[in-house]
Amino acid sequence: MREIKYEDLVKSVKAMVMHTATHLPQDALNALKKAYEEEESEVAKSVLKQILENAELAAKEERPLCQDTGLAVYFVKVGEDVKVVGGSIKDAINEATEHAYKEGYLRASTCDCFDRHNLKDEVGYNLPAVIHFDIVKGDKIDIEYAAKGGGSENVSRATVLAPAQGKEGVKNFVKEVISNAGPNPCPPIIVGVGIGGTFEVAAKSSKHALFREAGSPNPDPELDAFEKEILEELNKLGIGAMGMGGTKTVLAVHIEKNPCHIASLPVSVNVQCHSSRHAHITL
Amino acid sequence: MAEYKMTTPLTDEDVEKLKIGDIVYLSGTIYTARDAAHKRLVDLINEGKELPFDLKGSVIYFVGPTPPKPGEPIGSAGPTTSYRMDSYSPILIKHGQKGMIGKGKRSEEVKEACKKYKAVYFGATGGAGALIAKRIKKAEVIAYPELGPEAIRKLEVEDFPVTVVNDCYGGDLYEEGRKKWAKA
Repeated sequence: MREIKYEDLVKSVKAMVMHTATHLPQDALNALKKAYEEEESEVAKSVLKQILENAELAAKEERPLCQDTGLAVYFVKVGEDVKVVGGSIKDAINEATEHAYKEGYLRASTCDCFDRHNLKDEVGYNLPAVIHFDIVKGDKIDIEYAAKGGGSENVSRATVLAPAQGKEGVKNFVKEVISNAGPNPCPPIIVGVGIGGTFEVAAKSSKHALFREAGSPNPDPELDAFEKEILEELNKLGIGAMGMGGTKTVLAVHIEKNPCHIASLPVSVNVQCHSSRHAHITL
Repeated sequence: MAEYKMTTPLTDEDVEKLKIGDIVYLSGTIYTARDAAHKRLVDLINEGKELPFDLKGSVIYFVGPTPPKPGEPIGSAGPTTSYRMDSYSPILIKHGQKGMIGKGKRSEEVKEACKKYKAVYFGATGGAGALIAKRIKKAEVIAYPELGPEAIRKLEVEDFPVTVVNDCYGGDLYEEGRKKWAKA
């Protein structure tokens, strides 16, 4: 059984979280640069220019890209042949999150659902982290991380379609969600679509779809073609960068599909704002 | 599309000049408030009590900044989504507020209040929090420190770049912009 020290896990996760708040990853930068070059609306182009300048400045001065430094969301795959010594994996991730958000001067954004008081003093600074665990073969710990802002979560939606609605139904639902969202989720956005499974599996898949490198091909050729078809339709909506009107509303559509019940067709749409802050480490 | 430099407090004449799509570089004092602070301001108005700042001609920025690093006035400070303030803004506009800065759609009631009392809704670029912070020269919490990032701050800004989204003539840049670029 391979062993990883608790302190080492905390150190690695903390470094990743701090870096992600100030450095936009290359895939997001490339997608934004391409949108800037191709955008036809002058107003939207000037917005895209500001977004790119912001990314440059944030990295240079190590300032948070956005004041909404998000909730910390993790997808963690733990190998059956690896063990963390000196504490639990969950504690290590929460500890790393708290330290990174505090020391990086990031915002604590977790609060009570009803009275809305900030939980930084009783639960922890920006805690709890949102962690999705999976057990896999091997002796590694694989961690995907995203700082997920509230504006784009607020427009995300899930439903269960009738099987007869099929692909057309999925496409129409995605279009409806993005059209209703308009300027609110800080376009140009990335659209994660989770299809199939049960209600919650679709939702989780739509979140995980956002972790893929923006614009990378879907390994399933049928889904790859479907992503491109939806992308083209969404960019006809005319919403544009920050909703000012334009041709580049969506940078990429990413789909994850799961087997589902014979009676159901669950679909979830999770939206990612243009500040697509995500990272991936393997220990 | 015109470009203006304006200094707060804003007057009716300032607001009347502005049309959707115009770019304005704001200087002077602006105030920050999000939902929780808006609710308290409206409660004070309803109780007939004094507000922590003068609403007349004021510009309110919807923002919850990150904590400042030592020696800096403010952390990253981009706009938050404005619809959460929709139920409060018309009351503040009625009592003299002239400008709002945020991002995202506003309700018909807010647009109506902009027309009736001559006010304007500006959009700032969401997710450009590091860049925008450069235009904020001073920041001071003047009310509700217990709200943390949601406290009311008095900001001194210089050439703070915003775009007119809703003017006092009923115009809506989000609707017009989208109409112009939508393909059937």
